[in-house]
Amino acid sequence: MKSAQIPTSPRKRGEVRAAATCGGGATRGKGGGQRIFAVLKPFRLQSAAHELPRSLFTARSGIVLIFVLLLSVGFGEAQAGPGTPSIVATILKWTPLLAQGFALNIAMSFLAMAIGTVLGLMLGLGLIALTRPVRATAWLITQFFRNAPWLVLLFYCILLMPFEVSIGGATIPLPAWAKSTAGLALPVMANVAELVRGAVQSIPAGQWEAAESLAFTRLQMLRLVILPQCVKRMTPPWMNLYAIVVVGTPLASIVGVNEAMTLTGDVLSSEGRTELLVPMYLYLLTWFFIYCYPIARATVALERRFQVP
Amino acid sequence: MAWTPELPLIRMRDVRKTFGANIVLDGISIDVMKGEVVCIIGPSGAGKSTLLRCINALVPIDSGSIRVEGQEVNDPKLDKLALRRNVGMVFQQYNLFPHRTALANIMMAPVHVLKRDRAEVEIEARALMRKVRLDGKEDAYPGELSGGQQQRVAIARSLAMQPAVILFDEVTAALDPETVKEVLVTIRELADEGMTCVIVTHEMGFARELADHIYFTDRGVVVEHGPPAEFFTNCRDERTRQFLSQIL
Repeated sequence: MKSAQIPTSPRKRGEVRAAATCGGGATRGKGGGQRIFAVLKPFRLQSAAHELPRSLFTARSGIVLIFVLLLSVGFGEAQAGPGTPSIVATILKWTPLLAQGFALNIAMSFLAMAIGTVLGLMLGLGLIALTRPVRATAWLITQFFRNAPWLVLLFYCILLMPFEVSIGGATIPLPAWAKSTAGLALPVMANVAELVRGAVQSIPAGQWEAAESLAFTRLQMLRLVILPQCVKRMTPPWMNLYAIVVVGTPLASIVGVNEAMTLTGDVLSSEGRTELLVPMYLYLLTWFFIYCYPIARATVALERRFQVP
Repeated sequence: MAWTPELPLIRMRDVRKTFGANIVLDGISIDVMKGEVVCIIGPSGAGKSTLLRCINALVPIDSGSIRVEGQEVNDPKLDKLALRRNVGMVFQQYNLFPHRTALANIMMAPVHVLKRDRAEVEIEARALMRKVRLDGKEDAYPGELSGGQQQRVAIARSLAMQPAVILFDEVTAALDPETVKEVLVTIRELADEGMTCVIVTHEMGFARELADHIYFTDRGVVVEHGPPAEFFTNCRDERTRQFLSQIL
């Protein structure tokens, strides 16, 4: 009896599924001779790269982005009246300022990620706590901050946090960018907490059993056995989250932080040339792309490497 | 009650355990003396693995009594960690810690649980690696070792805690026939050295050769038990005979 190989191309895969749902057909193949029946083989995961939605930060979208940028510059130059400086020259003139703003974006993303990760690890441990009230509280916090729109959280932080705090005798000012960073750190926290919970649950029960039978305390089990194994599993999605945070930092422009997006708007209003609008924003987009692309590549590479054979 | 070596090291009386509507242990009584090798055999789903997990309190029992060195396991005030320091366990799926080397796997519990000196533990761990014939593999990660090698590291890891008894849960069931032998040889050496062993196994020949006492369990009860010579040659129960005829 011939057994059909599971085809790898996605189009054929559908056919096999359809055949497999016919159930009993597989056993009747013997008499059919030439007829090929699909045999239900154990379910096998396709490689993660095919199943997950592709990231925006791919080489192809990068090429498209740069192409569109050049195209828009070309159009802009064509539209520009005689005597005005060229689009390219204008963009280059403002580049140092934009770079300053972009540095703030990066700084905010770093800080938000660092704070969010530390808080998220603690919240994640709360999600797997043995005591029910702790678990329930952690769950509520996680769900709230994971599902609330980022912009809403940002506004809350801007409006509810004081403009300065005094600890002991010292007064520490809280500028808008710091408050925005806190606002971004909150959803990061909730997402990291979910990553921790998911990773811990993906560790085989045998690992817990083995650690338990060796008389480890629960804290030792987590610290020595479970969490070290989670780090590997959490790294790719954590990097993915970071890329999302980076592209989320321009939200701070709405609350008046002088980051790249705000500065781009300022530049456009001071130049007052409509043909600059599209190239300028595309230029900014390219900056984000160039920063996030290596992260996305590294994430994919790590995912491949950590995949259990 | 003080425990003396004349009393059973493990004494189980009328142990019952249900998972939902599923009765897994339906009144099991077993005695294991110090230095004895007890094999538990029986069809799959007879509750053998659960039975072992009850001994080191990985699974709580519903009723009955389990005493390990006189210490009641079914006691809410029981110091589970103290019990587990004394009861080693080796699993069907090895369950080594994949992020640590073979040597580190062996050293972890003595260093962190018993708080012993690291250098001293390392000397012992290396000796244990030699004992299970894996010297040279100290720095290998579990993923780089074969199933049989992993299982021997797991045995060494359990031995490093110097337990009073080791529980073996179908330790050869996941191995291919050639590597089964190397693991069984290791267990035999332990038994010869006087280590108390409770072995759940499907290796009848092994059980017959090694065991001091064999228990046949089915559907949560001990159907029959006795020394291997007696057990294999003239078993009285129909179910036992049927099981043995299928296996032998």
